[in-house]
Amino acid sequence: MTTEITDKDTLLQNLLSRVEALEADVSGDKLTLGVMRGDLDYTIATFIIALGAAAYDMEVDLFFTFWATSALRDPKKTAKKGLLDKMFGIMLPRGSRKLPLSKMQMAGMGPVMIKSVMKMRGAQSLEELMAQAADMGIRIHVCTMSMDIMGIKKEELIDYPHMDFVGVGTFVDMFQNSKQCWFM
Amino acid sequence: MTAEELNALEIAKEVDARGTACPGPLLEAKRAVADCPVGGIMVVLSSDEGTMSDITRWCGKIGHEYLGDIEEAGYWKVFFKRAK
Repeated sequence: MTTEITDKDTLLQNLLSRVEALEADVSGDKLTLGVMRGDLDYTIATFIIALGAAAYDMEVDLFFTFWATSALRDPKKTAKKGLLDKMFGIMLPRGSRKLPLSKMQMAGMGPVMIKSVMKMRGAQSLEELMAQAADMGIRIHVCTMSMDIMGIKKEELIDYPHMDFVGVGTFVDMFQNSKQCWFM
Repeated sequence: MTAEELNALEIAKEVDARGTACPGPLLEAKRAVADCPVGGIMVVLSSDEGTMSDITRWCGKIGHEYLGDIEEAGYWKVFFKRAK
């Protein structure tokens, strides 16, 4: 009798610890977006999707890498740079307002036209979307290697309340714990 | 752990991954952990700031204990304890 109870207890303990391990491993109500393009249209889409998910009470993590890091530059800020980094800095868009379109760029006319049409139709600007994302607690994780390559410094980035600086290991951990992960 | 406490730790295995870019430091940590005894302390030197977040989360997933990090001139020392 005693041994039987002990066996049941052991069985129960085993099951409980297995359930705990499974629960710890289950992906939460989270969305992770890998953001790479750095085009105005893709970046707008990123923030609209992120805000939509946040409306559903999903936690949203954005991993900004490569060209997308330019979208986070603040044109009013400057940083000390070497020659190569300076050259990159001149060639890359200086912030969200300077992003090109992936299609119909038309030597800079495209973004101007899209922005005026968006305003006409009552769509929010990228800057307004980003401000809302900040309010909704959407997190931005900036790829440090991309920053090194593009010569982008922390001091020249926008004041975003939920921003940190990470590597690919962090991105992997984020999407492992997410219901969905898309690469934009 | 404070910087003093971290610096006072007895290190079982040190990896110098300075100068390698992401995911270099994380991969070097993963490789070197095999040479670190279970329960031993590892320190990874990295000049990539992202390494701290990466190794913190990686430790959480694998089960190692992240102990902390110290900023030095142009690089970071990242400490964790091998759990298994």
